[in-house]
Amino acid sequence: MIRRRLAAAGALVAAVALVLSGCANQGGGQAQGGGQAAGAPSQPSDAALPAGNGQGRCAPGTSIGYAGTIAGQNAALGIAIVNAAQLAVDQHNQANPNCQVTLVRADTGGTPDTAVGPTTALINNPAVLGIVGLPFSGESRAVGPALNAAGLVNITPSATNPGLTQNGWTNFFRGLGNDAVQGPAVGRYIQQRLNAQKVCVIKDDSDYGIGLAQQVTQTLGPAASCQADVKTNQREFSAIVGQVQQQAPQAIFYAGYYQEAAPLIQQLRDAGVQTTFIGPDGVKDEQYVVNAAGSADGSLLSCPCVPQEGFTDFSNAYRQAFGVAPQTYSAESYDVTTILLRGLDSGIADRAGLLNFVRTYNGQGLTKRFQWSPTGELTATPVWMYRVQGNQIVTDTQIG
Amino acid sequence: MHAEPWINFDVGLFFDRFWANTINGLAYGSIYALVALGYTLVYGVLQLINFAHSEIFVLGVFGTYLTFLALGFEPGALPNLPLPAIILDLVLAGLVAMAVSGLAAVGLERVAYRPLRRRNAPRLAFLITAIGASFAIQQVIRIWRGSNPEGTIRLVPPSPVFTIFGATVTNLQIVIILASLAMFVVADQFVNRSRLGRGIRAVAQDPATATLMGVNRERVIMITFLVGGLLAGAAGLFYLMTIPQGAVYNGGFLLGIKAFTAAVLGGIGNLRGALLGGLILGIVENYGQSLFGGDWRDVVAFVLLVLVLMFRPTGILGESLARSRA
Repeated sequence: MIRRRLAAAGALVAAVALVLSGCANQGGGQAQGGGQAAGAPSQPSDAALPAGNGQGRCAPGTSIGYAGTIAGQNAALGIAIVNAAQLAVDQHNQANPNCQVTLVRADTGGTPDTAVGPTTALINNPAVLGIVGLPFSGESRAVGPALNAAGLVNITPSATNPGLTQNGWTNFFRGLGNDAVQGPAVGRYIQQRLNAQKVCVIKDDSDYGIGLAQQVTQTLGPAASCQADVKTNQREFSAIVGQVQQQAPQAIFYAGYYQEAAPLIQQLRDAGVQTTFIGPDGVKDEQYVVNAAGSADGSLLSCPCVPQEGFTDFSNAYRQAFGVAPQTYSAESYDVTTILLRGLDSGIADRAGLLNFVRTYNGQGLTKRFQWSPTGELTATPVWMYRVQGNQIVTDTQIG
Repeated sequence: MHAEPWINFDVGLFFDRFWANTINGLAYGSIYALVALGYTLVYGVLQLINFAHSEIFVLGVFGTYLTFLALGFEPGALPNLPLPAIILDLVLAGLVAMAVSGLAAVGLERVAYRPLRRRNAPRLAFLITAIGASFAIQQVIRIWRGSNPEGTIRLVPPSPVFTIFGATVTNLQIVIILASLAMFVVADQFVNRSRLGRGIRAVAQDPATATLMGVNRERVIMITFLVGGLLAGAAGLFYLMTIPQGAVYNGGFLLGIKAFTAAVLGGIGNLRGALLGGLILGIVENYGQSLFGGDWRDVVAFVLLVLVLMFRPTGILGESLARSRA
């Protein structure tokens, strides 16, 4: 019964979204900012948008949650995500007078030890029917069992550790490709495009860094001939710089976050190491460029995130709302928030219903098509390479 | 499958990098040492581990950074200024940092510790107050400046000056090592030679008797915190010169633990011990990282601490400010 009504509502929503996005897309398709967007995709004509058809109905007080860093470790990455989620909710509420959704924010601090308390607060809030987040892999693993036990649907826009979908959680969905996609793509890029025969793989001590380094190392095989480890919050890297100088690799891959990557690249460049430096999505943030103060120029940054400069409606709205261009994973966050909102619009009023809605969801977003495997992995998982040029991160090319 | 061993034993890298690690370790270790002096001084006088000292250090880092901003430097590009102007700016930033940290340390003592002393609080109350003050200051900085590191401002990039046994020594390292040593000598002479220093040692030895002999204990305590704060402020300048990304609210946590370790390693309460401990810790960390891999950096440092304490429970040079001789 519920299922049939759902299907009908879904079809209606999809139809209206098609019409709406068709209108919205006019003139947007070709506009690409300043010619930097080499091959950046434009907004797909059938992408689901938060506004929906404007006919959404839900109970007053209906909420979704954001759980992730807002002011803690590597906060810039979390802010890009929560801002986009807020934008989606605001656009939705404006278009749907009969469904006003609240975004409840829980600042996890970004680390496994600090994430449990704030996330539990969301779980204990009965109005919260779904969660956008958590951004990082380590914290996602820490709170995963509790979210699963609560049956609270949880779509991460950025956590990429492959192990997250292998815990038997039925509520966890990943809105992007994991490191088992990103790692091999980067590894092939380093070998085939950079022609590097000797690579130093440096990793931090997070779940994310360790998992990604393992994927890249496996793909590189014997070419990954030098390994080094960084501790979270370490700022002094002279020993690693020395190791790199001794090994003289043709490329350096760093698996970790920007807070350590910025001083690391600066100290490498200061010591005269000019080797190509490749970082992953955890480094792809303006803060990396700012904190490395010039040393970041030329760094390559991989990311299972899709370039956003082609999504002009979204980018403009984001810029208008927050005064800056959308950052890493903003569009992914916007997409997954839209999916949750679409569920609420259809009249779903409980956690089990929203979980089931996401599980069976199949629709186009800005960044890609969203349809999940039973474990919560997407079928479409694009990976892109970006490049630091001067003090900007620009799109380079799609690598997977 | 190219599996990584859980522990390396890279003797080649160790010997190859021996001198470079030594030089780098000395430079970074002298920052540890300056911060360690603050722990040691306060411990000597009050038998209190002032856990908030790491935040006094961070305030020095921010004092330096905000002075840079006030002087018109901007994050990003290197300033194009003549050398004397840059030196003047650095000295100015250092003085501001020392003033900020010194005043903060005295203020902390007044607000957090003095009321406890008045009420004869048990030692545990001091300890938990110190930890609480540490968190409070840290979070206030976070609310004030946000949680991202401040944009990098760098006045002098490191450039090689000469080499020893194939290891390059940079201008920054020379300045930091020499300036830290100079500050240490001044602090050491102050405690061992000056009238006030004698007061500090007297209170450390026997507070009751010292008071009877006419030493103003409260004043001595205040001066002790002030000296520790001044040194932490200077350390803040050197730290930001070495790590331009260092101006962040939680930047003192790890360094504070290391400095505290250095103080215990050398013999807490002993100024020369703090210096020695800081330098040894800086060097050994680097050796450990080259020999065993980065994961072992902290393990090596703390295993060394445990080993030293097993054979010399009071640290390498022994405990107590009181017994240090002029």
